[in-house]
Amino acid sequence: MTPSSTGCSTGCSNGPRGDRRNEPRMSRIGLTTALGAVLLLLAFVALLIGPVGLTSGQVVSALIGRGGEQASIVVWNIRLPRVAGACLVGAALASAGATYQALFRNPLVSPDILGVSAGAGLGAVAGIFLALPVALIQLSAFAGGLLAVALVMAVAAAVRGADRVLTLVLTGVVIGALAGAATSLLKVLADPYDQLPAITFWLLGSLASVTAADITPALPAVLIGLVPLILLRWRVNVLSMGDEEARALGVEAGRTRALAICAATLVTASVTAVAGVVGWVGLVIPHIARMLVGPGFGRLLPTSALIGAGYMLLVDTAARTIAPTEVPLGILTAVIGAPVFVWLLSSGRRGWT
Amino acid sequence: MRLEARGLAIGHGGQRIGEGLSLALGAQEVICLLGPNGCGKTTLFKTLLGLLPRLGGTLELDVRDIARLSRREIARAVACVPQAHTPPFPFEVLEVVLMGRTARIGAFGQPSRQDREIALDALERLGIAELAGRDYERLSGGQRQLVLIARALAQEAPLIVMDEPTASLDFGNRLVVLERIADLGRTRGVILSTHDPDQALALSARVLAMSGGRMLASGPAAEVLTPARLTQIYGVPLTVEETPSGRHVCLPDIGGARQKGIRCD
Repeated sequence: MTPSSTGCSTGCSNGPRGDRRNEPRMSRIGLTTALGAVLLLLAFVALLIGPVGLTSGQVVSALIGRGGEQASIVVWNIRLPRVAGACLVGAALASAGATYQALFRNPLVSPDILGVSAGAGLGAVAGIFLALPVALIQLSAFAGGLLAVALVMAVAAAVRGADRVLTLVLTGVVIGALAGAATSLLKVLADPYDQLPAITFWLLGSLASVTAADITPALPAVLIGLVPLILLRWRVNVLSMGDEEARALGVEAGRTRALAICAATLVTASVTAVAGVVGWVGLVIPHIARMLVGPGFGRLLPTSALIGAGYMLLVDTAARTIAPTEVPLGILTAVIGAPVFVWLLSSGRRGWT
Repeated sequence: MRLEARGLAIGHGGQRIGEGLSLALGAQEVICLLGPNGCGKTTLFKTLLGLLPRLGGTLELDVRDIARLSRREIARAVACVPQAHTPPFPFEVLEVVLMGRTARIGAFGQPSRQDREIALDALERLGIAELAGRDYERLSGGQRQLVLIARALAQEAPLIVMDEPTASLDFGNRLVVLERIADLGRTRGVILSTHDPDQALALSARVLAMSGGRMLASGPAAEVLTPARLTQIYGVPLTVEETPSGRHVCLPDIGGARQKGIRCD
């Protein structure tokens, strides 16, 4: 027989694993409806919670514009922007995470893999350091995130003859470390009483001071980023089989991947500019969504977005209630995300290494 | 549909590993590419599929230069069956087969109900319709290979390139896959690489024998695969014997192996 017949690896396992039946996957409409209903319920509960005690009746009347003055101000000016912000951030990060994981064929990848977070962090820290107004700090964060990814893609394109995906990821690590070093330098130089706490808080992520004026520019940017991802949903599946195979199946892999990366980066940078660096969401949530609906991107994207929105809402509501002072989001998402991740890792799901 | 290479030079990263390669593949024929490890079989296939740029010669798909065709145009004409692999995510078998429809779907499109029927039909034709809802990654190597062949069928390309389709399969699965390849050769053009000259004899295929990046011989299996030529290709003494039922099989020439001091461990 052929020489390779002696090297029988996983390819020829005929054991019980090969015969195991697929777990039933939930029906599409049923699951989406259920997740949407849970999200609405969570949002309503989040509107009830806060230092000013409001009954559900007061919240409902405030929402339909017939509430008392105080209730209306609390609901519309304080709680609703925050609830909407949390949903937007969670949905955006989870969608971007699902996209990056498919594009880089690696379930360990997260939205900050190409240096988006590090770049956005540097942009924001520079803005705080220069004592810019809030809107400009956000713009600077957004620009920093996009710039870092552009740099990563340019450097990776200049490296020839190597595995493209691996080159991109490694370049992302390098540029991220560089941005991190620059951020550290600014922290050292910053005013320790005024600027440093603001920088630290921003780098850990928070929605504490989010207003409708912050969300208004971020929302269209996120939606613009999501459109190509929704349109390319089938091609993203094919890309996750690898560049060469995708090309043999008729996909212009390089171009399609670049478009999807730009879209996911826009989504990530937009919400990072509003909420700061919030880790773990984009890494863990797509896994949970994949367990529910499988890896097909057409279902994975909306499911990730819904679960991400609900999860972020829960975390943000906890962040503003569990302690007398605000807890930074990044701390909570890490405390929850790390054990969940270890559990996912140890439950022996394939493709983790 | 006809794929024709003349004086093709192949390689990657600008480094030439083979040249002077000529072949033509049309419908209703099976070509077996034989050659030792590292002789350039996979590079040749990648070049034929337009995945690697050619370094010389001509390569045409129905008289059109393949370098000028889009990925979609190539995929509509030539399907590729890779070796059974493990994708990073647990796709369902039907989803994997549906990926074969990609070149028929618009850039922003989704597989339609008709695509789904074509994919199910391809699974049916390979006798594995019952696998449609299973996780691809949980299948055996043989089943995966059949699924990938079904995907090539769903692609509806008249020509199919298979890189060592039987390499990681057990004995029984090899025969199953080989039978399907023989079926495919009745309607489409198939070119496959294999390490097993017996497969070329069993398929009564045309044989291309490669060694060191050059074409040693081409022609019907029974004519090309002489003991002398086999020994030349693989560098060990080989012989061809006729079984009592009249079939030809390739065997090591044990006496010769001893003379040359080759260990059989």
